[in-house]
Amino acid sequence: MKYSFKTAEQLLKLCKKHNLPISLIAKRYEAERCDKPIATVRRKMKQARDAMYEAVRKGIKSDEKTETKMTGGDAKNLFKQLNNLRNMMGNKVTVRAMAYATAVGEQNANMGRIVAFPTAGGAGVIPGTLFSCAEHFHAGKRKLLRGMFTSAAIGLIIAEGATLSAAKGGCQAEVGAAVSMAAAGLTEMRNGTPEQCVHAAAMALKSYLGLVCDPLGGLVEVPCIKRNALGCMVAIGASDMAIAEVESYIPFDEVVGAMKEIAEIMSPKLRETALGGLAVTKTGIEIKRKLGLI
Amino acid sequence: MSTHSIFDIAGPIMVGPSSSHTAGACKIGQYARALFHKTPKKVTFYLHGSFGEVYKGHATDRALLAGVMKFRTSDTRIKTSFDIAKEKGIAYKFIKKDLGAKCHPNTVKMVLESGKEKMTITGSSIGGGMIEIVKLNNFEISLKGVAGKYLSLVVSHDDNPEIIVKLGKKLKALGLKIANIESTSYKKKTLSVLSIEGKRITIPEAKEMETIEGVDFVRALTKIDN
Repeated sequence: MKYSFKTAEQLLKLCKKHNLPISLIAKRYEAERCDKPIATVRRKMKQARDAMYEAVRKGIKSDEKTETKMTGGDAKNLFKQLNNLRNMMGNKVTVRAMAYATAVGEQNANMGRIVAFPTAGGAGVIPGTLFSCAEHFHAGKRKLLRGMFTSAAIGLIIAEGATLSAAKGGCQAEVGAAVSMAAAGLTEMRNGTPEQCVHAAAMALKSYLGLVCDPLGGLVEVPCIKRNALGCMVAIGASDMAIAEVESYIPFDEVVGAMKEIAEIMSPKLRETALGGLAVTKTGIEIKRKLGLI
Repeated sequence: MSTHSIFDIAGPIMVGPSSSHTAGACKIGQYARALFHKTPKKVTFYLHGSFGEVYKGHATDRALLAGVMKFRTSDTRIKTSFDIAKEKGIAYKFIKKDLGAKCHPNTVKMVLESGKEKMTITGSSIGGGMIEIVKLNNFEISLKGVAGKYLSLVVSHDDNPEIIVKLGKKLKALGLKIANIESTSYKKKTLSVLSIEGKRITIPEAKEMETIEGVDFVRALTKIDN
């Protein structure tokens, strides 16, 4: 295979060899892998983009609480603040990103349709970050797709080198991976070089190493949705740093290796079993009792 | 396939909240429906391990039932599948049950019934929305729900190798090639899973193959998507 890659090093080599951005390598990789024309691959990504857009659109209007009453309506609260930005410390881009990410998280918890990009638990970060920033610099839909392809390429490297499952690696593998992917995607949308994209991904992932998965009652609600929202801030920050030519001292592949190692030593109690961390706080136990789990 | 697809990462498009407990469960239901070949009148689900523990919070029950009604994993009607099943007159029951330590933690055994016909199917959700059907009636099988080039044909027939030869001829006439056959036998009956290269098989074509002597049923698992 001409465009095959499993590590960031291989990916960057391919970018250099063909003088192409990461997104185009990812597109060609997929076309080659499934033996389909590039147009088919693009169309599939468009479907994902449209589904994410729908989830955001529904989520920012929704007041609906989940069956557990733990979450719901926060996306609307955040989105309202866009008319009242003097009250906010973050700017329009970050507040909107948080609103969008929360919208997707709430839709997921309420059984709405979302895109598991890379997983259902971390599905808010990429639409939050990429959509809000795309609106800011009036990027066309085409550019948004480029961001999504780059994000997916980074996710692929994490899946190959470590894992994208919280049951295996904790939250670092879901929200952490999503933040890293979004940082790279955003950097490409801002015309960063492939190297800068990978540096952004590395810096973002480094700040999430070791994050455990400890959801209340084992449900994808608390703290997942808020972690998605705040993850957008880190993604935007990491991308800003990369554009400012700050480089990750540790190469991305080594960060992924570290993530894998941490996943291996992480106690199963902190891997999506609701047996440790926030899940066993006083509030967590109450929720478990309410759900009839104990 | 060992390498990941870009769309394993950017997808699937699904109804929340969990890829293994909701999307995977729906897919197991779809497979059961495809193997049973009709909408059942009655379904009983035996939920094992983590499926048994947390099925309510993750809507595993609603997703399984939705799958049996042929809903896709991205169909928002999953949320109301109980009501839709009642409208369609499908009786359903969920029972928590230990299916043995050998089973994957996310496993469900389904008993589908329609009049005299009855089929038992056991499936596991193995992560990220991927699934595996591990048992059909008394046959241990391995049907993986991974999209790829190969299409599967599940055939139940008498213990007679000639039947497969006849089937192969019919497939050849349709321009299809058998890439792999896996067979399991139980009490003079054999269940073969044929991996086929080429185009999709239509329902009339599958029905036609059922006319071969000694064949109980032929099921084409080609239409399953998301």
